[in-house]
Amino acid sequence: MKIIVSVKQVPDTSGKVAVNPDGTLDRASMQTITNPDDLNAVEAALKLKDETGCKVIVVTMGPPPAEGMLREILAMGADEAVLVSAREFGGSDTYATSQILAAAINRIGVEKDDIVMCGRQAIDGDTAQVGPQIAEKLHLPQVTYAADIQKSGDTITVKRMLEDGYMTIKVQTPCLLTCIKELNNPRYMSVSGVFEAYSKPMSVFDYEALKDDPLIDATTIGLKGSPTNILTSFTPPQKGAGMMLEGDGKETCEKLAGILAKKHII
Amino acid sequence: MATFNNTDLAAFKDVWVFCEQRQGKLMPTDFELISEGRKLADELGVELCGLLLGDNVEGLAKELGGYGADKVIVCDHPLLKDYTTDAYAKVICDVIEELKPEAFLIGATNIGRDLGPRCAARLHTGLCADCTHLDVDMPIYKDFLKESSTLSAEKIEGLNSAMVLGEKHDVSRDLKMTRPAFGGHLMATIICPRFRPTMATVRPGVMKKNAFDQAKADACQIVKPAFELSESDMQTEVVEIVKAAKKLVDLIGADFIVSVGRGISKDVEGGIKLAEELAAELGGVVGGSRATIDSGWLSADHQVGQTGKTVHPKVYVALGISGAIQHKAGMQDSECIIAVNKNETAPIFEIADYGICGDLFKVTPMLTEAIRAAKAAK
Repeated sequence: MKIIVSVKQVPDTSGKVAVNPDGTLDRASMQTITNPDDLNAVEAALKLKDETGCKVIVVTMGPPPAEGMLREILAMGADEAVLVSAREFGGSDTYATSQILAAAINRIGVEKDDIVMCGRQAIDGDTAQVGPQIAEKLHLPQVTYAADIQKSGDTITVKRMLEDGYMTIKVQTPCLLTCIKELNNPRYMSVSGVFEAYSKPMSVFDYEALKDDPLIDATTIGLKGSPTNILTSFTPPQKGAGMMLEGDGKETCEKLAGILAKKHII
Repeated sequence: MATFNNTDLAAFKDVWVFCEQRQGKLMPTDFELISEGRKLADELGVELCGLLLGDNVEGLAKELGGYGADKVIVCDHPLLKDYTTDAYAKVICDVIEELKPEAFLIGATNIGRDLGPRCAARLHTGLCADCTHLDVDMPIYKDFLKESSTLSAEKIEGLNSAMVLGEKHDVSRDLKMTRPAFGGHLMATIICPRFRPTMATVRPGVMKKNAFDQAKADACQIVKPAFELSESDMQTEVVEIVKAAKKLVDLIGADFIVSVGRGISKDVEGGIKLAEELAAELGGVVGGSRATIDSGWLSADHQVGQTGKTVHPKVYVALGISGAIQHKAGMQDSECIIAVNKNETAPIFEIADYGICGDLFKVTPMLTEAIRAAKAAK
């Protein structure tokens, strides 16, 4: 049994978000992190590894510096890492991205008792589309928003969160699960893990490595293979700052209540 | 499978809305989407259809007509009783390939966000996630940009075409899907020029609901297409559905929201109590920033922000919330924002209509009292 975890390196949007004058995101000036939901997927995989001794393979698509993130996940305890990286893959929307990742996962190979895991969504795009689209391309059943995962033989029982409660879903392996933060608390890298991370196998899948997969085609990858196009991107006008009230005493509160009453807000 | 790059766009027409039901009840999002879909169908000059899946749900269909649906396509089957990705994606994709809608809207609920990408991948088409604004008509879209963007008038006027695979593509009939990225710091308008249907998931709580019209409800047509579905199409099994026992926090429907942030950390229970008192005085509910939810001070259904709920109440009171972009993304369209924060440089003050720089533990009870007095004096 093995678990393949798909992860993404993202700009840390909890820090300062910098926007270029032309309205695009200034990625260069932002720190990068492993997408938070993906770390929950990694932790879920590592927990199953602790229980069953299975193998954990982590895969990402991105530029070469994403290797650093993969090393960190190896240091957490993953066994192998795959970096999917090629100029031909650039400019992909979620459809094209999932097409490429599905091809990479095909090349790693999904067998009868395997699981593919993803985070629910990445904090930069916030689409939550790539996981289900990979599942569709690999013809795997999917369970998204997993908040608890129990494995018994080849049956996985997942607690799938809804806005107003949850569903319990049973699914057979192989399957794809997308994970949310309620699932677990990701572990830290261990010191020995950091040492070992550099001797663990790391492969790079470039265009050559994947081009024979039926999913990889000029019309299904990169900018040309993306069904969606950006018509325009823009920054919203900043809402002007309102009125700062002087002081923090009783009169100030009364003044505010007075304004609200006068404007018929209360 | 649709053919690549030579989809006959003209073969597709009508706007469809996926009408989600849970336990035989329509979701509030359905009415918002039907209302928005009505606007788009009118701009395109086509019909608006609701798509309703379930077991014995035909009785729900007419209500959707009251909000603007010309037709409701009803797919009834025992296996469609509860949502499963397998059964719903199969039936929806089969019906779409048969009847060819031009645009397909889905509410960005936990279920919609599971279903949308699965269908888009199978239909080989584009899907824009969590849209907050939709247009077809160019002049209306341009007016929206003039009001909601910092783009120059010249740039906006020139937006009649886009370069698609090196060729100029006229975008006048494309669905223009606008969504926030990076916590609302950047907005992007996405089009799907080469494939149909154009799919969008739409953030709950953002689109305005039309008034219900009984005459329209009565006139709404019900269509029951033939479809195939069997046990062998199902790879997942729903064992049980558990509704949260606690009272639901209706953030989206609330007119007044009092939210707390990390600023309550020195006395969490006391801080929440003060917020509850203020909310009760205003007739609203308590919300929270991600920090309060991550720390376990409030349950996740209280969360306002990019990964929580988007709200636009009449009054939003932010107590001890610094105003990170992820939070602002979920509440910046509130009609009136009141911020109380110790730090006068907190970014929340950049968007607040009224700001008080002070300790929330001191200010909040006085504010509650002052509002009570002001109401009594009326």
